[in-house]
Amino acid sequence: MQTVAIVDFSFGNLRSVHNALRSLAEPGTDIRIATEPADIEQADRIVFPGQGAARHCMLALRQKSLADAVLDAAQSRPFLGICMGMQVLMEYSEENDGVDCLGLFSGRVQAFAPHVERGSGFKIPHMGWSRIEQTPHPLWENILDQSRFYFVHSYYTAPRDEEAIAGRTDYVLPFASVIAKDQVFAMQSHPEKSGEHGLTLLRNFLNWDGQC
Amino acid sequence: MGLAKRIIPCLDVDGGRVVKGVKFVDIRDAGDPVEIARRYDQEGADEITFLDITASHHDRDTTVHMVEAVAEQVFIPLTVGGGIRTVENIRTLLCAGADKVGINTAAVANPEFVREASDTVGNQCIVVAIDAKQISAPDAPSRWDIFTHGGRKDTGIDALEWAQKMEAYGAGEILLTSMDRDGTREGFDLELTRAMSDAVGIPVIASGGVGNLQHLVDGVTEGGADAVLAASIFHFQEYTIGEAKQYMQQNGIEVRL
Repeated sequence: MQTVAIVDFSFGNLRSVHNALRSLAEPGTDIRIATEPADIEQADRIVFPGQGAARHCMLALRQKSLADAVLDAAQSRPFLGICMGMQVLMEYSEENDGVDCLGLFSGRVQAFAPHVERGSGFKIPHMGWSRIEQTPHPLWENILDQSRFYFVHSYYTAPRDEEAIAGRTDYVLPFASVIAKDQVFAMQSHPEKSGEHGLTLLRNFLNWDGQC
Repeated sequence: MGLAKRIIPCLDVDGGRVVKGVKFVDIRDAGDPVEIARRYDQEGADEITFLDITASHHDRDTTVHMVEAVAEQVFIPLTVGGGIRTVENIRTLLCAGADKVGINTAAVANPEFVREASDTVGNQCIVVAIDAKQISAPDAPSRWDIFTHGGRKDTGIDALEWAQKMEAYGAGEILLTSMDRDGTREGFDLELTRAMSDAVGIPVIASGGVGNLQHLVDGVTEGGADAVLAASIFHFQEYTIGEAKQYMQQNGIEVRL
């Protein structure tokens, strides 16, 4: 039996993540919403979803004293970042006039807006189903390369280290839609809202030993 | 561009049950929102929208329970609109498992509500629904006003200017319904859809008037819509969502298959 912690640090839709994991996990799996550091420290694997604005999310992580526990977990146990839960792993986000983030990955989070011309057909937020070009990783097992996942975001992640990129998506510009390092896998899109492929990815995560 | 155009079936719900005759042949209980949502998911719907037409405030709890039940089993985005007046309403629905909420009348009554809602839950959750009706004379330049109260009350507000204002206030998406076309099965108001899509930088969902699959194609290619919403053509199994997507793809539109 394992314990999975879903970290609560934003006003995000945790219920959907919880529902999706619940539907996939083996009976007896303890899936809990983590609101304090102890919940994270005790878990075998961590899901780190997030929605909303970067400043608010980082503030919540610090106010709840979750930042250290999150960083510790990301360096020791299988760890899945989703949406804002991916972005705050970077060093810095341009959102809200600039926000310092957790810095687990080097690089920044940048706005699409300066790259978009009106009339180009590109709408912001990037909302809907886009393809992810995979870089080999155990969590892609049984998911065809170029499968579509559901995205909703106005900022994109620009990691400095090419080797950290585990998936690429093209919208407005080619960007890193998935990053990975050791036992961390973090994606911009929402696997809990991406139908079959998303569920497969979550199942892979639940079974992942954290090795690449 | 790599982003699929979305097909969104829309369901009217009253007291937590789907109403207005959804008639899938192999569904046991035609009013069960979970069964119907699951069916649309299997057919390849990109999102599902519920329009809550529950009259009494008290019965709205049943809508929340319905959203909870659907979100436990259907893992694509869910939008709920109808009767949303407070940030608390929005929080309740999002916590139940909705991904977005549609705001219509409350935005017209108090535009600041949209700003407050967007600041609280993020613009990705806020869909502003606009019911627009052409009010210009036949030989004059086109103009559409937004109507409330089910299309009966002209607010005197220009639909395109309103949408731009709502974008500035933090709307993440516009759900545009043509009151002239709604229920006619004559196709979207393409001129309105195109004007709207050009007027805002956020995604536009076209709604109102779909009677066949070519209408869906036209909404995207001529109207410039990012997503197309339809009700009756899917409810009665005239077409499956899969057939709609095949047809759109054959017409050069990128869809998720």
